[in-house]
Amino acid sequence: MRTTSNIDMENKLDIKEKIAAMEPSAVWSDAGDGMFRVPVSSFRPLAEKLKNEEGFDFLRSLTGMDWGEEGLGCVYHLENTATGENVVISTADADRDNARVPSVHDLWKGANFNEREAYDFFGIKFVGHPDLRRLFLRDDWQGHPLRKDYDMALNPLNMENEGNEDEAPSYEMTPDGGYILRRHPLFEDQEYVINIGPQHPATHGVLRFRVSLEGETIKKIDVHSGYIHRGIEKLCESLTYPQTLALTDRLDYLGAMQNRHALCACIEKAMGLEVSDRIKCIRTIMDELQRIDSHLLFIACLSQDMGALEVFFLGFRDREKVLDILEQTTGGRLIQTYNTIGGVQADIHPDFMKKTKEFIRYMRPKMREYQEIFTDNVIVRKRLTGTGILSREDAISFGATGGSGRASGWACDVRKRHPYAMYDKVDFEEITFAAGDCFDRYMVRVKEIEQSLNIIEQLIDNIPEGEWQMKVKPVIKLPAGSWYTAVEGSRGEFGVFIESRGDKFPYRVKFRSTGLPLVSCIDTISRNAKIADLIAIGGTLDYVVPDIDR
Amino acid sequence: MKRNVSIKSMKYEDFNDNEYIEQMLKELRDNGTNVIVGCLDDVIEWGRSNSLWPLTFATSCCGIEFMAIGAARYDFARFGFEVARSSPRQADFIMVAGTITNKMAPVLKRLYDQMADPKYVIATGGCAISGGPFKKSYHVVNGVDKIIPVDVYIPGCPPRPEAMLYGLMQLQRKVKAQRFLGGINKGISEKEYEKMMRKDTSRTEDYRDYDESGLA
Ligand code: SF4
Repeated sequence: MRTTSNIDMENKLDIKEKIAAMEPSAVWSDAGDGMFRVPVSSFRPLAEKLKNEEGFDFLRSLTGMDWGEEGLGCVYHLENTATGENVVISTADADRDNARVPSVHDLWKGANFNEREAYDFFGIKFVGHPDLRRLFLRDDWQGHPLRKDYDMALNPLNMENEGNEDEAPSYEMTPDGGYILRRHPLFEDQEYVINIGPQHPATHGVLRFRVSLEGETIKKIDVHSGYIHRGIEKLCESLTYPQTLALTDRLDYLGAMQNRHALCACIEKAMGLEVSDRIKCIRTIMDELQRIDSHLLFIACLSQDMGALEVFFLGFRDREKVLDILEQTTGGRLIQTYNTIGGVQADIHPDFMKKTKEFIRYMRPKMREYQEIFTDNVIVRKRLTGTGILSREDAISFGATGGSGRASGWACDVRKRHPYAMYDKVDFEEITFAAGDCFDRYMVRVKEIEQSLNIIEQLIDNIPEGEWQMKVKPVIKLPAGSWYTAVEGSRGEFGVFIESRGDKFPYRVKFRSTGLPLVSCIDTISRNAKIADLIAIGGTLDYVVPDIDR
Repeated sequence: MKRNVSIKSMKYEDFNDNEYIEQMLKELRDNGTNVIVGCLDDVIEWGRSNSLWPLTFATSCCGIEFMAIGAARYDFARFGFEVARSSPRQADFIMVAGTITNKMAPVLKRLYDQMADPKYVIATGGCAISGGPFKKSYHVVNGVDKIIPVDVYIPGCPPRPEAMLYGLMQLQRKVKAQRFLGGINKGISEKEYEKMMRKDTSRTEDYRDYDESGLA
């Protein structure tokens, strides 16, 4: 297991030299985490080499950027899943009106939706992308909101019902070096397309699918999101660092603790602030409690979707017990706003340890109940086993982390890959399965509840003494540079990317959504499944829609 | 005739804002009712207020708390709310739990229009009331009352389940203080309402080439 940052450094040096040799035009900048800047013209060949020769098979995050004078571009966070090496590449096109960046959707499948997002937010045209529609905003939206020169008055509330774009535009390069816009029909004329959502109980929130069917068999799914796109990333740009914290809890509200942990950790990293062991320990315990909460809700909702209403009540019954513990210390049930920059909002409640231990004693035998009622149920087994198979390669390529990735056999747990807080000091098992079907995705979560209980048990009696809030100046300014920090959220890698220009406000904040890769793979894994299986597939992928849309 | 707005679950004096309900009752009395219709109304409202069915509708965080009041600990079945309907045609009220974005706004309006009268709206949480923490965003509606009429507001981010139950009980009282027979309680006159509906329905003419017979 790689635990020390030394090894990270060595790896970085290594790949740094390689890239410098591969692409002489790449410029290394040291600010923050450090990244390479490559000209647009040599970006695509470098990306191909990194993917095919150097084994960077996991695109952790793709961030659209508006660098003002330097133009529009993207930042790519890449990881080699075999060696754990990381590298950050960026590229920019100075032509603001017609920024073009070559698409990498064929190298990393996860880039498909991410590039659509960057097009939607910044108007960057990804050459070669097969379907460059907007991802979140309406097709008739004016302008691109995350650009620095976006005019807020451009888009008043439009109450007209939205039309459907039936053609996918794509920009392609002609042999003579020019670009042409092509349009491809999304569905054939003869196809039978039904609409599911945005208001549908099985989509777990306001997500919309257009599903092409042949009989009962799914031929294609066209995902429409953005019905709960709240523009959080843009909002953050006008908030001071402590103020930005308020919004993370509302992204994936079932991973509120972890989201905020990631943002705080990222800001602390940029400030060069090391928090006390007590804070790390409290954060770890809280993250795990949150994970149990989320996984219980997962079981509850999945069972409800499949018609087993009783398990819904069981899940909520046990979840309330976690919420009681969280509430006692933080004052919040669902949204706790607990982590702060350099600490936590308040010290743990005197009863915290007693209650948590009681909960562990209570929860362990209850897991048997779920086993008997739900897991061993023949209908559950029949419906979940063998449906919605996500292969390991696809999981990596899409960046489908969390329980869904681990069910496919990809050991993608950030707690093991890049240990943070107390995770390198506790002993726990990373649950992985091999089949990648709905049943494995379900089992990963069930088993992870047990692992989370183990982690809490190891820490709860050993919370070190110390400060629960480090001394931090009231006005926080980060030095110029960019940073990326990830934590293991309830449903995968939740990352925060901050670019600072030395102000009180971030220049750009991007949240690596845990859910976006999960919905982007739904088309692939549902093809040729029955329409009824879509419910189980969506349920076990376990996405939270506000986290997809941000 | 004295209408009774007290509900079984909570004492009349324990509600904080009885003035508005008194006001509603006064209006009801001032307009006068025939005894038989009035009594019949009483019975109907008693029945209706104890079997209000929500639409399964949630867009974000507040929706999870809405699920929590449906589950065992808070159990809104005690008040007759438990029959959550997935079809707006069968729902009595819509609990707008969560942020409404610009893209969602026309959808919400359509859902509201699809519900059968009499129908009610509860704005749950800061987002539905005013845009909440996202008020300054380019893609968030600053309050659902800009697009549909709201009957009860439940503040909070998210409101505690107890607050949600309180809000739901307020809705029950409001239903009790209404006239079912011969009156529409929309906050607008009947004429205006009709005009609005007509405007809405006449839009179907755009889709004249759509063959409703299903034989196309
Ligand atoms: S009011 Fe708060 S809890 Fe409710 S939807 Fe808005 S942000 Fe979420």
